[in-house]
Amino acid sequence: MIELFVRLIRRPQGLVGVTLLALIAVACLFGQALAPYAPEKIDFLGRFRPPGWQNWLGADQFGRDILSRLMVGARSTVPMALIATFVGSAAGAIIGVGSAYLGGRTDEAIMRTNDAVMAIPGLLLALLLVSTLGNGAGNAVIAIAVAFAPGMARVTRSVALNVRNQDYVKAAIARGEGAAWIIFREMLPNVMAPIVIESTIRVSFAVMLFATLSFLGVGAQPPASEWGLMVADARQYMYQAPWGLIVPAAAIALTAIAFNLLGDGLRDALNPKDER
Amino acid sequence: MSLAWFARRLLLMVYTVIVVSMLVFAITQVLPADAAQSLLGENATPEMLAALRAKLGLGAPAWQQYLRWAGHVFTGDFGISMRTSQPVGPEMLSALSRSLLLAASSILVTLVVAVPLGVVAALRQGRLADTGVSLIAYLGVSLPEFVTATLLALLLADTLHWLPATGYVSPLEHFGDGISHLALPVLTISVILIAHVMRMMRSETLDVLKSDYIRAARLKGLPERSVLFRHALRNALLPVVTIIGLDVGYLLGGIIVIEEIFAIPGIGRALMVAIAARDLPSIQAGALIMAATYAVTNTLADMAYAVLDPRIRYD
Repeated sequence: MIELFVRLIRRPQGLVGVTLLALIAVACLFGQALAPYAPEKIDFLGRFRPPGWQNWLGADQFGRDILSRLMVGARSTVPMALIATFVGSAAGAIIGVGSAYLGGRTDEAIMRTNDAVMAIPGLLLALLLVSTLGNGAGNAVIAIAVAFAPGMARVTRSVALNVRNQDYVKAAIARGEGAAWIIFREMLPNVMAPIVIESTIRVSFAVMLFATLSFLGVGAQPPASEWGLMVADARQYMYQAPWGLIVPAAAIALTAIAFNLLGDGLRDALNPKDER
Repeated sequence: MSLAWFARRLLLMVYTVIVVSMLVFAITQVLPADAAQSLLGENATPEMLAALRAKLGLGAPAWQQYLRWAGHVFTGDFGISMRTSQPVGPEMLSALSRSLLLAASSILVTLVVAVPLGVVAALRQGRLADTGVSLIAYLGVSLPEFVTATLLALLLADTLHWLPATGYVSPLEHFGDGISHLALPVLTISVILIAHVMRMMRSETLDVLKSDYIRAARLKGLPERSVLFRHALRNALLPVVTIIGLDVGYLLGGIIVIEEIFAIPGIGRALMVAIAARDLPSIQAGALIMAATYAVTNTLADMAYAVLDPRIRYD
């Protein structure tokens, strides 16, 4: 574990990713306490105040401090994406490993259906689900998880097919173990590495998807200072106060980049041979 | 052998469309405990609810409802819009044609820009040009469409006044005006696709350049230019066909946001309007048409790949 971490931060991309993520984690955990102002504090004299010593990153149309809103909003953005990715990946991994375990025609049928579900673009599937379940952050998380599961199932299954042919799985079948035991105790632990790498990269998609749903008005609801919502609010005033738009946009982008870098870094750290 | 492959691929496409139609139907009409209530909202009178339930056939078992709907869709009848009282099908198809124009233009721009950049990055691996290209690619995939769209609009429309910020003019009627209205949305989609295709092109070119036949071509004494263009590029370009086919799926998702932001009356916007108005037939038609479009383009991409690279057909 420690050795892996050292290998991860030895490369510049891994180091940058880990540093960014540490900052984001601090904002999520202590954003409320560290923010210079209350995120809802209205200051009419400071409307559209440009970045400066009073408001480091400027103020929005109500004179609310953008840095404070950003720091508090981290908690309603990043953990949501993490939960959605975790649930979606777990479901996808179980489907993928299960399909590989069953093999043959069942596997073929499951994967063809899985591919068919993937023909629905993620955002479209998420939108349909949220429009049925009702707007809100919780339902957006469920929708993203469902939209992610088929992709993870496909990735997992391709790895699990190799594991299925290993001797320890054959031995477990010969011992007469049940399907659940073989799937969860024999196969899943051995496909974890690629799943972890893939999910890490997917968190960045989840961050973007969640922000997009909020931007479209069906994800997080006001007065939450979710970042996609902040961008949507600032669009009306983007000519007077472009910082209101650029700051949360940059926060979304940096978070996505951080998870991308971490995923790429993990892949390199876990497969030292692949130099591309 | 090869004919069987194509037949099988077509069959898969049909299966995909059927599964997608079931899923769309299940999410929109079966999943809600009372679709009529959720469509009409809390202020609906019992008479209105009863009338809508009868119209949608909500009393019947789910599979009967589905078969009825699917039967109509199969004959091209997507139902009547609850918002405009017009047939949904023609409305959605004309919206789709505008979206496809947007998508095709974006793919064209992407290919023209991304392929050369990817090759340059591969040829100068590890040098400044490569690092620059990789950084831009990273940025491209890390910005959600709505951010890219808004930032580009801020820069090119609001600050520099080069392009109109929103709206749609058909290029068939006013060519110049139509193109300038399409420019921002196309640019936005392309930024993301370029990042994608460029990364792919870079790694493919690197792979191909390491292959034995390239070494053979070089050892034969062929000039570097001919090694690159006649041998390397042809092979490196192949996977781009697949990537474009897959990106259409992404594109159709992204187009929802892009059309919403730039007020383009395409299928994405039609779907958003339908969702906001809880217009069930339009939601179902829009979602099904989008997913079916993806299934078709993906199949075409697969077939194009199989024509270009016959090895695929014997896998």
